[in-house]
Amino acid sequence: MTAGKRGTSATAEPTRDDRPDRFCTTSGLTVDPVYTPAHVAALDYERDLNDPGEFPFTRGIHRDGYAGKLWTMRQFAGFGTPEETNQRYRHLLEAGGTGLSVAFDLPTLMGRDPDHPLSLGEVGKCGVSIASLADMERLFAEIPLSTITTSMTINSPAAILLAMYLVVAEQQGAAWRDISGTIQNDILKEYIAQKEYIYPPAPSMRLVTDVFGFCAARVPRWNTISVSGYHIREAGATALQELAFTLRDGIEYVQYGVDAGLDVDAFVPRMSFFFNAHNDFFEEIAKYRAARKLWSQILREQFGARDERAWKLRFHTQTAGVSLTAQQPYNNVVRTALQALAAVLGGTNSLHTNSLDEALSLPTVEAATLALRTQQIIAHESGVTDVTDPLGGSYYLETLTSSLESGAREYFRRIDDLGGMVAAIERGYPQREISDSAYAAQRAVECGEQVIVGVNDYVEGETPDVPTLYIDESVAEQQVERLHRLRRTRDADRLSRSVDALRAAARSRDNLMPPLLEAVRAYATLGEMCDALRDVWGEYEETPAI
Amino acid sequence: MRTIRVIIAKPGLDGHDRGAKVIARALRDAGMEVIYTGLRQTPEQIVDAAVQEDADVIGLSILSGAHNHVCPRIVELLKARKVDDVLVVVGGIIPDVDVPKLRALGITGVFPPGTFMQQIVDFIRDHVRPAPSGTA
Repeated sequence: MTAGKRGTSATAEPTRDDRPDRFCTTSGLTVDPVYTPAHVAALDYERDLNDPGEFPFTRGIHRDGYAGKLWTMRQFAGFGTPEETNQRYRHLLEAGGTGLSVAFDLPTLMGRDPDHPLSLGEVGKCGVSIASLADMERLFAEIPLSTITTSMTINSPAAILLAMYLVVAEQQGAAWRDISGTIQNDILKEYIAQKEYIYPPAPSMRLVTDVFGFCAARVPRWNTISVSGYHIREAGATALQELAFTLRDGIEYVQYGVDAGLDVDAFVPRMSFFFNAHNDFFEEIAKYRAARKLWSQILREQFGARDERAWKLRFHTQTAGVSLTAQQPYNNVVRTALQALAAVLGGTNSLHTNSLDEALSLPTVEAATLALRTQQIIAHESGVTDVTDPLGGSYYLETLTSSLESGAREYFRRIDDLGGMVAAIERGYPQREISDSAYAAQRAVECGEQVIVGVNDYVEGETPDVPTLYIDESVAEQQVERLHRLRRTRDADRLSRSVDALRAAARSRDNLMPPLLEAVRAYATLGEMCDALRDVWGEYEETPAI
Repeated sequence: MRTIRVIIAKPGLDGHDRGAKVIARALRDAGMEVIYTGLRQTPEQIVDAAVQEDADVIGLSILSGAHNHVCPRIVELLKARKVDDVLVVVGGIIPDVDVPKLRALGITGVFPPGTFMQQIVDFIRDHVRPAPSGTA
């Protein structure tokens, strides 16, 4: 075998036969050449693992695993106008997808209308543009919200988009008590990693707990938060940092809920999580198992939850976007399949598989369909779903699970010492940890210590042309024109009353969901509602750390 | 001997700053002076920063598709202020079809995902105007 050509600027030239003396996981855990019963001698089966469906749920939250019910195949999608995205959803459902997941564009994520100066060049580019209830009606046209569950990736304005969804469900005749879905609503990881925040932490956390309280009473099957490690990992964190920061965020939300006067057993059962599935196969599986174990112990022991549902960590997984390469893009199909397999072996409750073209653009319909087929092949052809936690008891996997668990507890102590997660964020602690890991990971690729096939090894000169999706500026023109028409035709009195009431509620301690629902019904735009809250709360600005 | 001064900027609404921060650090480790503007900078703010800081290079990180709006505006603002010695480079997700448009604006350093930090360091050293005397 001839050595592949390396990137011209790689500073070291290791050859493939020159294997390192020792191996580490992405989190820097040293790996022994072989694992034996001696590695797991300290583990007690009932205390540390137990059967699937039994506390501490290391092996899964369901006794019968996927034999009872497969994971939800939920493909994240959204681009252009609401009508274009509606078409994509209907295609994904016809192709066997079992849930929807909405990607919003940046103006929507940042609470700006399509005609705001900051929205120039961004409308419909990274997701679908939703400026008012009218757009939400178009997005879900002829999709029955009584039977389909929807996940919405929205954070700072999450309560507003939830209010829009609830009003559309109502228009369709679906009862709030019956509908289900998930709102991401995780502002802490925005400050830490993705940086799509609007307001300062205190009012932002109030919006989160207002959603917890409202849904516990009125929309009981709704998942009120998806505490997300995904973006933390994409920003550069290791598997251990992803695990630790995400779980510590979860603890912070529970504490804020308790401090807001909510009963742990009433709101925690509807909290859910969202993890990344990256390349280091066994470490990823161990991460999901350690997360379930940690969460159950924290809720039972630290918060005194008695409802077993509050102990069970349910999670969505997405394969690692950051692992996809623009070079040799068809290799991404293989990466995604391996990552998806890790998520399944770790017991994920729902899954998104990335498309091969996502280092180049938003996915084409063909690429998105192939990504869904990848899940279907794992589910129906591989046999891995027939047995619950089939890797349980592996000396290596159980050792990794324990190591990640104790590493996470060490991070919890450091963050507690800083005064909790909000205080740690304000001091830039998790942000710095993640930047350091991101830089180290890039250096490892450039010096050849970490091989990325097609990037720093097995390099080919020409990249094959793959079809890509291109969003042009006509989407923005159309959305702006619609917005102007809406502003001319709605009931101006009802609108201004509802926006004033929202501003007043923001100054009070009242739950914000009722005034938001009224403003949505009055066809207030997303920008108008977010501006009303900006008037009262101001905006957050970070001190960037490099 | 003059140290190369670089403004690293994140224009637009996008907050994904991993690339911008990694590059900022790599340029700093390569001996350049780096000013990171932080998030959500308008073209006006970026050009102001470049003029005030007497920058040799503006490095833009754009993943959201806003490059078609942001890049022409920055070039236009530099021209309006008669600044002709600042090298503008851009990294991120830039569709192939848009690369010729950026080249036509004089932006020849376009770095897609997978670019090595060292390639960007080398490109800046080779193209910075006027050529720095005696930098490493």
